[in-house]
Amino acid sequence: MSVMKSAPATGGPTQSVGAVWEAVIGLECHVELKTQSKMFCGCKNEFGGEPNTKVCPVCLGLPGALPVPNKTAIELTIKAGLAFGSEIPRFSKFDRKNYFYPDMPKDYQISQYDMPLCKGGVVEFWLEDGSRGQCRLTRIHLEEDTGKSTHAGSSDGRLSGSTYSLVDFNRAGVPLMECVSEPDIRTAEEAVAYLETLKRTFVQLGVSDVKMEEGSLRCDANVSIRPAGSATLGTKTEIKNMNSFKSVRLAIESEITRQIELLESGGRIVQETRGWDEGAGITHAQRSKEEAHDYRYFPDPDLVPLEFEAAWIDELRSNLPAPPFKRYVRYVDEYELPTKSAAQLVENPVWEVLLDGAVRRGVKPKSYANLLLGDVAKKQNEEGLSEPVATFTIPASSEFVKLIEQGTITSKAAKEIFPRIWSGEITDPAEFVKREGLAQSSDRDEIKKFVDEVVTANADAVAEIRKGKDRALQFLLGQVMKASRGKANPALVNELLREAIGGG
Amino acid sequence: MADSLIEMTAAETARKVNARERSAREIVDATFEHVRRIDGEVGAFLTLTEEIARTQADRVDARIAAGERLPLAGVALAVKDNMCLRGTQTTAGSKILEGWNAPYTATAVQRIIDAGAIPIGKTNLDEFAMGSSCENSALGVTRNPYDAQRVPGGSSGGSAAAVASYESMIGLGSDTGGSIREPAAFCNIIGFKPTYGRVSRYGLIAFASSLDQIGPLARTVEDAALAYDAIAGHDPMDATSVDVPHESTATNLGESLKGLRVGVVKEYRAKSLGSAIDDVYAKAYADLEKLGAEIVEIGLPTADYGIATYYLIAPAECSSNLARFDGVRYGLRIEGNDMTETYDRTRAAGFGPEVKRRILIGTHALSSGYYDAYYLKAQKARTKIAADFENAFGACDVIAAPAAAAPAFRLGAKSDPYSMYLMDYYTIPVSLAGLPSISVPCGWAQPEDGDAEMPLGLQLTAPLFGERLLLGAAHAYEIATKHSKKHSPRIGSGVVGRALGVS
Amino acid sequence: MASPDLDVRYVAKLARIALTDEEARTYGVQLADILGHVAALNELDTSDVAATAQVIESRNVERDDTLVPCLSRNDVLAGAPREQGGFFRVPRIIGEP
Repeated sequence: MSVMKSAPATGGPTQSVGAVWEAVIGLECHVELKTQSKMFCGCKNEFGGEPNTKVCPVCLGLPGALPVPNKTAIELTIKAGLAFGSEIPRFSKFDRKNYFYPDMPKDYQISQYDMPLCKGGVVEFWLEDGSRGQCRLTRIHLEEDTGKSTHAGSSDGRLSGSTYSLVDFNRAGVPLMECVSEPDIRTAEEAVAYLETLKRTFVQLGVSDVKMEEGSLRCDANVSIRPAGSATLGTKTEIKNMNSFKSVRLAIESEITRQIELLESGGRIVQETRGWDEGAGITHAQRSKEEAHDYRYFPDPDLVPLEFEAAWIDELRSNLPAPPFKRYVRYVDEYELPTKSAAQLVENPVWEVLLDGAVRRGVKPKSYANLLLGDVAKKQNEEGLSEPVATFTIPASSEFVKLIEQGTITSKAAKEIFPRIWSGEITDPAEFVKREGLAQSSDRDEIKKFVDEVVTANADAVAEIRKGKDRALQFLLGQVMKASRGKANPALVNELLREAIGGG
Repeated sequence: MADSLIEMTAAETARKVNARERSAREIVDATFEHVRRIDGEVGAFLTLTEEIARTQADRVDARIAAGERLPLAGVALAVKDNMCLRGTQTTAGSKILEGWNAPYTATAVQRIIDAGAIPIGKTNLDEFAMGSSCENSALGVTRNPYDAQRVPGGSSGGSAAAVASYESMIGLGSDTGGSIREPAAFCNIIGFKPTYGRVSRYGLIAFASSLDQIGPLARTVEDAALAYDAIAGHDPMDATSVDVPHESTATNLGESLKGLRVGVVKEYRAKSLGSAIDDVYAKAYADLEKLGAEIVEIGLPTADYGIATYYLIAPAECSSNLARFDGVRYGLRIEGNDMTETYDRTRAAGFGPEVKRRILIGTHALSSGYYDAYYLKAQKARTKIAADFENAFGACDVIAAPAAAAPAFRLGAKSDPYSMYLMDYYTIPVSLAGLPSISVPCGWAQPEDGDAEMPLGLQLTAPLFGERLLLGAAHAYEIATKHSKKHSPRIGSGVVGRALGVS
Repeated sequence: MASPDLDVRYVAKLARIALTDEEARTYGVQLADILGHVAALNELDTSDVAATAQVIESRNVERDDTLVPCLSRNDVLAGAPREQGGFFRVPRIIGEP
């Protein structure tokens, strides 16, 4: 597939202090998959719980235990890649990544080295100002998560200064997707937009909950800077320990600033790992190792290779829902909705079906969008739902919105009718309005009659208005509404009143 | 008499217990009596599992009483101590696991227990199955029942000695480069390694994942076939276990080799093993012909590269498999000032020299800059070796060769690591190709450094998944030649076995 | 094939096994000897074959995403060299993995 070159966000080069610098950022994300069971055994994949209660010989690394891969985890990872246009190579395999650490039950991690499930792909995102950007994916591969250690004996629970550690293997073996991006990101804002796209897409696909607070999304950033326009890469640092999207933004901004200041004062960037300290608002260099890890990757002899039929991949691809970015683009480009509304609409994939259905029935996209973002969102919230009830239909809601568009019903009447559209009680709003005589009149001649009557009967008020006292206008408006028994279109009444009074 | 109980084959035992002529409980009692008498000298067992045995025996007797028939009813079973059996100490012959109780049972062990077998105890082995003499065990010494000054072979030396000395009827062993076949040959019994993937490895403490297989040791081919039938078959807990229908082997034990083409390897024939041993094998091939087989000369041009290939692949895999022994979750822990020191000290104290050597070589073979030249190169050589066998099977149905280059050597005789590796010269290429292979007693010869004759084994190998054919052929040869009956075990010989003469 | 130079100390560090000077010397010699024998593989032309992935030609062996009863916590912690409050307790860890 063709890969478009990335373009920096229209925000342009970042924080300039004298010289003009460009930041180059790549993200490495670990995403816990939302499967029932773990990657290589049948233990429960669930956050929390008493330590070491979701553990078996396999995920505890007991002698003699063997891994068997979770079919669903493989499928979800492939879907995740397909959602971003990745290539799914025909063959794949698992490799062992060998290193010692107490939260590693086997002191090797089953991962993927040179034949990942997904290769390439593009993550597209929008920014708050309505501009769009993208970042290429290098790869997505599947591996198992480690256990969790807590460090004790120090004052702040941090690793350095601790005297011992406590290890819980509940999380060991949970399936983990590692998404590696190319260094196409240029600002902290883009980085967050990238993460939000990952989150939205993975949540929509049911691949993961993507909750940084629960550890189902972990993110490290590689950050370097270079003179704007340069093609060579500067020395990068790896930033870890960012626990929320906000942390990611703050940490990257902080690191960019640090690197710029360092270079501008004649210093040199050291390639190292730096931990984000949220409290202090800066990154700290972590103790660097004398040599890089030699992971001694080799194909896991306990597992057999994976081979995927093209037909099966095609079927998976064709069954995928439209990704959030594509929906956003449609809303803005095709439906000409404001970017802010589009961004909000995208959060609910089901609304796309409703909106498209309504538009097909001749409803203006903006009007229907307002309904979704207003009354529908409110109802969903109240009832604790993630999508509208089944009784809320496209035909009924479309007709309802048209009545509002045409001015056939007042906003007050609309407020009363809506819940009954929601519950399905009213299936033909036009007919209901007619039957109940709720139609508001937008008949100019008819309303003019009422206006003339009221103006004639309230000469004092008219005089006040002519003097500039607008409050009296409201009173006259009320009188016209009363005379028309609430049926007059208030906007029209206002217009005709002003005409009749003159000036204003 | 108790002696006659323990001398029965597994097949006879199952027949009698199923017919309620004998009870499993009687067999178990007689077995422990015998074990207590002689194991002080043999040293086959690291742990005796009396409580488990008696409970299981009672269960078997109850099931039989309720009308069930179990293929291995009441059969005394020795389990190599690298297989997990819930509630038993499982050590892999190593200090690093001394005292560790397995909380689960290996699939193969569970299956043979479900078939009626009674676990008598866990047997000694070379530490983590690395060795060819049982001398690498950190926890005990096992002696060859035919000569207490000699090794029983390895790494399944304990199971072999237990079966050879009538302490059990069936032994479960594991074979990675010859660890079932070589001790079987040294101890005058049958040792059978199935096709890779036929028997689940779940619960077998891993040495080299792409080579390890569990298999039976027994005094007759029929017994080995019964045991194999009980343990073979796909296991969803082992991703390398093959999902291929299991055909019973115990029902195909014939008496003729008519129509069978037996391949004899010309490269092996060209190497003399000493005139006495050469004669034994020459006679063995002649006996096969007498039974109707056609002897065909075949070539295995890459056979010589087997050891080099094996001693890169197996250590590489084991260096990774043994990383989990780190003092964190189970086993030995020697604490240092920090975790790194703890790892270093625990593993230094817990592993013996041979294990350390293999971990070091294996780590080196996988390390950055050496992976292509060592591990990858070896895996390619392996492809060639496997291709040689496939080619050879175009001209023959089974391949015959020595199981080992010499009979059992003296304890302490081989101090140089590489000379020990050469003991598996004939068995290793077969393992690399994943083929099913069996060792059958084929004669006796005087070792260079001794007077009493020691047994020799004939290694028969079939194509992948050819167990039925293989055991059928082995059985025919066995009952026609009866070499194992020539001498009785010399340990405990006052109590068991009478020379039955050669037929 | 690379020369069989084996840096025993480096490899022992990767394998997390402490060696005395004596051991480093002895193993160094023994392993160099073994690697010397292993060098015979150089003679074998393997340019025309692929590495063996698995002896048996299996593909796609997987399990369904279903739950299976796990070990009781007693069993999990029974062999623990040092346990505290349901956790495995280990000496302090220096550095991130």
